[in-house]
Amino acid sequence: METQAFQKIYTRILQITKATISLEAKGVGYDELALVGGRLAQVVKIIGDLVTLQVFGGTEGISTSAEVVFLGKAPGLKVSDDLAGRFFNAYGEPIDGGPAVEGSEVEIGGPSVNPVQRKKPSNMIFTGIAGIDMNNSLVTGQKIPFFADPDQPYNQVMAIVALRAKADKIILGGMGLTNDDYLFYRNIFDNAGALDRIISFVNTTEDPPVERLLIPDMALTAAEYFAVEKNETVLVLLTDMTLYADALSIVSNRMDQIPSKDSMPGSLYSDLAKIYEKAVQFPSGGSITIIAVTTLSGGDITHAIPDNTGYITEGQLFLRRDTDIAKVIVDPFRSLSRLKQNVIGKDTRHDHAQVMNAAIKLYAEAANAKTKLENGFDLSEFDVRALDFAREYSNDLLAIDVNIGAVEMLDNTWKLFAKYFSPAEVGIKKEFVDKFWPNGK
Amino acid sequence: MTKGTVTGIIANLVIVEVDGPVSQNEICFIQLGKTRLMAEVIKVIGKNAYVQVFESTRNLRVGNLVEFAGHMLEVSLGPGILSKNYDGLQNDLNKMEGVFLKRGEYTNPLEDDKKWHFKPLAKAGDLVEAGTWLGEVTENWIPHKIMVPFKFQGKFTIKTMVSAGEYTIHETIAVLSDSEGKEHKVTMVQKWPVKIAIRAYKEKPRPFNMMETGIRCIDSLNPIVEGGTGFTPGPFGTGKTVLQHALSKHAEADMIVVAACGERANEVVEIFTEFPELDDPRSGRKLIERTTIIANTSNMPVAAREASVYTAMTIAEYYRSMGLRILLLADSTSRWAQALREMSNRMEELPGQDAYPMDLPAIISNFYSRAGYVYLNNGQTGSITFIGAVSPAGGNLKEPVTESTKKAARCFYALSQQRADSKRYPAVDPIESYSKYLEYDEFIEYLNENVSKEWLGQLLFAKNLLIRGKEAYEQINILGDDGVPVDYHLRFWKSEVFDFVILQQDAFDKIDSSTPIERQKYMMDKVISITKTNLNFDSFEEVNKYFRRIINVLKQMNYSVFLSEDFRKFEAELEEILKERRIS
Repeated sequence: METQAFQKIYTRILQITKATISLEAKGVGYDELALVGGRLAQVVKIIGDLVTLQVFGGTEGISTSAEVVFLGKAPGLKVSDDLAGRFFNAYGEPIDGGPAVEGSEVEIGGPSVNPVQRKKPSNMIFTGIAGIDMNNSLVTGQKIPFFADPDQPYNQVMAIVALRAKADKIILGGMGLTNDDYLFYRNIFDNAGALDRIISFVNTTEDPPVERLLIPDMALTAAEYFAVEKNETVLVLLTDMTLYADALSIVSNRMDQIPSKDSMPGSLYSDLAKIYEKAVQFPSGGSITIIAVTTLSGGDITHAIPDNTGYITEGQLFLRRDTDIAKVIVDPFRSLSRLKQNVIGKDTRHDHAQVMNAAIKLYAEAANAKTKLENGFDLSEFDVRALDFAREYSNDLLAIDVNIGAVEMLDNTWKLFAKYFSPAEVGIKKEFVDKFWPNGK
Repeated sequence: MTKGTVTGIIANLVIVEVDGPVSQNEICFIQLGKTRLMAEVIKVIGKNAYVQVFESTRNLRVGNLVEFAGHMLEVSLGPGILSKNYDGLQNDLNKMEGVFLKRGEYTNPLEDDKKWHFKPLAKAGDLVEAGTWLGEVTENWIPHKIMVPFKFQGKFTIKTMVSAGEYTIHETIAVLSDSEGKEHKVTMVQKWPVKIAIRAYKEKPRPFNMMETGIRCIDSLNPIVEGGTGFTPGPFGTGKTVLQHALSKHAEADMIVVAACGERANEVVEIFTEFPELDDPRSGRKLIERTTIIANTSNMPVAAREASVYTAMTIAEYYRSMGLRILLLADSTSRWAQALREMSNRMEELPGQDAYPMDLPAIISNFYSRAGYVYLNNGQTGSITFIGAVSPAGGNLKEPVTESTKKAARCFYALSQQRADSKRYPAVDPIESYSKYLEYDEFIEYLNENVSKEWLGQLLFAKNLLIRGKEAYEQINILGDDGVPVDYHLRFWKSEVFDFVILQQDAFDKIDSSTPIERQKYMMDKVISITKTNLNFDSFEEVNKYFRRIINVLKQMNYSVFLSEDFRKFEAELEEILKERRIS
């Protein structure tokens, strides 16, 4: 971004904090961009002639005599089909060595979709991971995060989901991504030969944290272009939203705002909702699905970030290490997809709901049996069978390395039912038992 | 009119220097190029008016011109509100063009050209006042009363009244003259400021009529009354929205106003999609015909979110003045409180707990007090029953919004994470929850006369049963299954019967999703008689197995058509099971 001739240049900064600067200036628009000593900044407060800007690159080394030039526009992104296959930084500038993208410039963080123009999301996304497809089916137009501790392989699972999702475009918004993880995504997309449908906006841990605030809006502006203009199904991956929220709190703190719960800004709910609510199913067939990562600290979901997220998103996915089988599984108890009702038994076989519930119920019985065992009580013969069932169910269906179709996952579960239980113990409607119980009951 | 210029901008809080008088909550429009952004005055210091803008303030500049409207935020009240989808400022969402909401686009909430068949209910010479029914039109199936505008103060005489016929909402249907002989024209539409309660009624007594919701854990344990208030706090994933939707589908009300306030857009889309298809068993028409939706979802401007609950309440008050029973649902009032917090923060007010404004409890209780059962001036009755969902941060019921609401609302339906985790839906905690109305003599009298003389006693018995069951369960957990007498197991399982058969209800099953009071009485009698039956057991394992059978048969009854052959068959089966162990 270069300065143009005849623009007024200010050189007297009155106040500098770690994330913001203030100066006297006239005729400035709210949300407008500026260059402060060559770094991109955005207007966040105007009181009379006193203008406060948040400097995305941080204010390290900025002098009170640094040049400030206002650019007369809000942050934007040039959108066109040429975005596909490219890697950008938080400002939408290429970082892959390629040329700048030509296209019409669209302001990021644009208006919301009119709710009456939405369609009820009802197309299932098949991921092959039975722990997701069977118990927490994903739907196009849904927004759902992984709630995960930093040591869990959420980036791997998200990449698998993205590649199997059959989306027309996959847009990666990386916030505070380590360079290693960034390269992991690059390689896995490259190896899958999917690079031409991937668009990435990446802020790594090497980049200044406040820059991250631009990433979701950049990614979603690109997503809206493909979903609205091209009627494509777009999958947006946002990782890690906890680092995004941390950046919000840095800025609000520098502006002397009163923090609410867990030092987060009082507007956290609205700030997150503005991003997640961009997930949408249009009647024309275009859709934006958002899969995000919210890292937790010690599994605590009552912290303001996961808590506000949980109220906004349509469910959440939990990963857990199952020591019995030494694999990571999709936790069937704590995970939830609120939109699964829209597709279960419609996009999948009609016994899906009953099989899902029966299996989880038996899995819960096994969990109880395990507690009994740990407390030194005797196990009944049923308990023993339940535990065996749980081990196989966990290994064959819940583990994240499972890759099977929607019919197969149901059939496999029926086989496990028949191996360990009687139809009465499973408690499924008779018409399904008659039809699906292996070896004719 | 007062004019002003913008002198400061902090997100959606804008400071305007004014050249004349302004009032608190006055509406103004900020000129930004060709668009006009609506805003509301929330604080005045000297010449500076602080306004909250109902839109994004992007590109707004110091020096932009502002025009004040001279009135507060108002809604248009007239026929045509039913079945509409409005945003928080009563813009008709269906009239907006394009996929995206455009800044500064305000649409007409009613239809200017539509003709309504007007039937006069009053005649020339009649003495009238604000709220008097002048005539009626049929809106969907509701007799929509055309009233003397609520802004009219004092007594008036009808000078002329049109004859029955087709009129648009803007045509004069009557001319009234005030005590000084001045004439006032009345049309079918009037305006009213949303933050002021409509008080065109004679009296607001303590409510006493039970409102049937069809939801057993409410009706059969903590019933709510017509004109009552209640709230449902719960962590995410405990089924607040499913419960609100169930109430909107099955509650016995003439009209439902749903305020989707700062929640997920897809949830509103579900109502948009389902309600035009679902039948209203009471009118035989579609549910959408008795419903008005105020949708200000979480991504829509935050100041309009605050306005949305008031818009919904004002529409409810308007229809209550017609002698109707309104159910107002707001999901979720926490989002409204958060909108207040955001503004208070931008104005740099000293914060209260969790950074909420200090007057939050007062604002909440003031809002809840607008609900209620009323005697209109003509002796008819009307009611607004208000049930708000609350989303406590971190599921902690000690946070300010939940605590403030607890002081204002009379029914408390606590959604419990534990019940939700064990799939006991609706996850309303039977022991934590309460209905203050059970202490009202008027309500007890109503129950005695209209439900049954035993009903209240049965409710109290059931509550005690649940508490005793929980105590027994805790003992069993501490001492182990065989560390307690068999009697403890019996006590626990009797409470489980009530839990599984009465409290738990399948919101997605055609029959079980709604239970009329007759059927609730029948099942209550059944369950209570079982818990009072003396049964003989030798060991706790027997208790466990036996009661699972009982619960299973009773649940099958819940899934069968009431008193049908199947129902009777299961009932007979139950009798057989009881015989096995009954001690005569």
